[in-house]
Amino acid sequence: MPGEAELRLRARLARLRSVPLLGGARISGEVERLERQLERLGAEPEPSADEIWRSVELARHPERPYTLDYVDRLIEDFVELHGDRGRADDAAIVAGLGRFAGRTVALLGNQKARDINERMKRNFGMAYPEGYRKAMRVMELANRHGFPVLTLVDTPGAYPGVAAEQHGQGGAIARSQAVMARLGVPTVSCIIGEGGSGGAVALALADRVLMQENAIYSVITPEGCAAILWRDASAAKKAAAAFKPDALHCLELGVIDAIVQEPEGGAQADHDSAATLLGESLAAALEELDSVPADELRRRRRAKFRAIGVFA
Amino acid sequence: MSTSRIDVEIEHKHAPPPDGKRHPNTCPKCDSHYRDDELDASLWVCAHCGHHFPMRARARIAYLADEGSFVESAADLHSEDPLGFFDLRPYTERLAEAEVSTGLGEAMVTGEAAIAERPCELAVMDFAFMGGSMGSVVGEKLSRACDAAAERSVPLVAVTASGGARMQEGILSLMQLPKTVCAVEDLHDAGGALFVVMAHPTTAGVLASFASLADVTVAEPGALIAFTGPRVVQQTTREKLPDDFALSEQNLRFGHLDAILPRRELRPYLARLLRLFGDAR
Repeated sequence: MPGEAELRLRARLARLRSVPLLGGARISGEVERLERQLERLGAEPEPSADEIWRSVELARHPERPYTLDYVDRLIEDFVELHGDRGRADDAAIVAGLGRFAGRTVALLGNQKARDINERMKRNFGMAYPEGYRKAMRVMELANRHGFPVLTLVDTPGAYPGVAAEQHGQGGAIARSQAVMARLGVPTVSCIIGEGGSGGAVALALADRVLMQENAIYSVITPEGCAAILWRDASAAKKAAAAFKPDALHCLELGVIDAIVQEPEGGAQADHDSAATLLGESLAAALEELDSVPADELRRRRRAKFRAIGVFA
Repeated sequence: MSTSRIDVEIEHKHAPPPDGKRHPNTCPKCDSHYRDDELDASLWVCAHCGHHFPMRARARIAYLADEGSFVESAADLHSEDPLGFFDLRPYTERLAEAEVSTGLGEAMVTGEAAIAERPCELAVMDFAFMGGSMGSVVGEKLSRACDAAAERSVPLVAVTASGGARMQEGILSLMQLPKTVCAVEDLHDAGGALFVVMAHPTTAGVLASFASLADVTVAEPGALIAFTGPRVVQQTTREKLPDDFALSEQNLRFGHLDAILPRRELRPYLARLLRLFGDAR
């Protein structure tokens, strides 16, 4: 028996096919993507509330590999670049150049940490506007030199502080996305832990958006959602089940392009295998984009994001 | 007799409403109270202290656009419930209630218009519709408004009033950030212009997307303009907040706005921008 998700996808597919062509490419791209999703869904049952909550816990697991753990294992000759050239160097975002799959790439990622001093330094992975400005600077550098851009997303959200607001948090997140929409080089993002709201999407407007099996990608933290809608932060599990931040749902909704496998039990169990699996997926995605001209990359990237949404 | 209690409800015309909320037509700053027609005449600005009441999308369009020039588009777009979202009540019920109470199909009204005889595209948000939250329909409307402006080679004027992304649509609401950003980028590539007027409140997902990408950005006085609002900042950081934290005035001081304009000055200001951008070609 087809699941509810499948029925919904089929209905949407039928509707898209019957739409009089406004922007032809945009809609046919959407149809292709939905068909791909349908194929995958055939095998996968809907995740339960408990499974969704397990993803939330694994995505936040303190032993889960962070951006620099992957950099150590995947990027050769890594040169970290610091500072936004205006105000500060925000350690909550790591940026640099290195060699990956036989070429120079720019790598950007949110950085969390394990011990308390390091956590303070990384601000628990929550960037200030200065972090996004550093990211923009390095993305523009990559664009000038034709380096593909890889981003690893892992943040509870952008930092909610007085100085962050005064320095223009909202505008920085908007402009970081706008820079990504303009890049003429291939871009691949992977959600490797918590894809927390605007702070995450600021680094995820990419040609290919991947997501690790146990990562979460959401508009608000489960606790935040629970506090607002249930007026009770302890309803987090209920909230997560309602807004479905797990990888399978994100794939079903057309928000991500593919799910990256993790080692048995989760990425925290075996950093090396997790890195190998991530590296393979990143390399495959880059290869797909290799021969696409800059204008076409931009056009397809924007068309992809402009087609996301469900309405009647 | 003495055992039976008699409940008497006294309706006192000066008593505060029972839930402690003040009447929407009572000024929160100076307590002046107005009839609807008085506020209509003053553009929903307190005649006594200048406080800007929230202005409904239709009223705003009636004020900004030349009479009879506004032609609404995409009015038939309606939200669906892709997640089957249920918090204390189903999302579909909240939507239906918002439609009935606001008379709008969604939290944004779009269409073509003229301001002082200069053609433009308008996209006006309405906070009364689920807090002006941005879900799939708001994203799509803004996206189409960008295309319409590009096709007609006219600027897009957007008036924002939003609590952020619509949580009931989960990750799809977050995806309206990159979606609207891409739409604005396409508009800019086509040589089009975007002017944004930030009304109270312009926060979270809307501030972190199209609203921050304008060629010219202005705000109404006293509007809350923040990625994270003061309550959450206070709770998470325990920092002492400055008096004008995240208001228009602070945003202007820190360089995030081109101007703060009282509502009555918006129309002439936009007319001037439309002339400047129109005469450049």
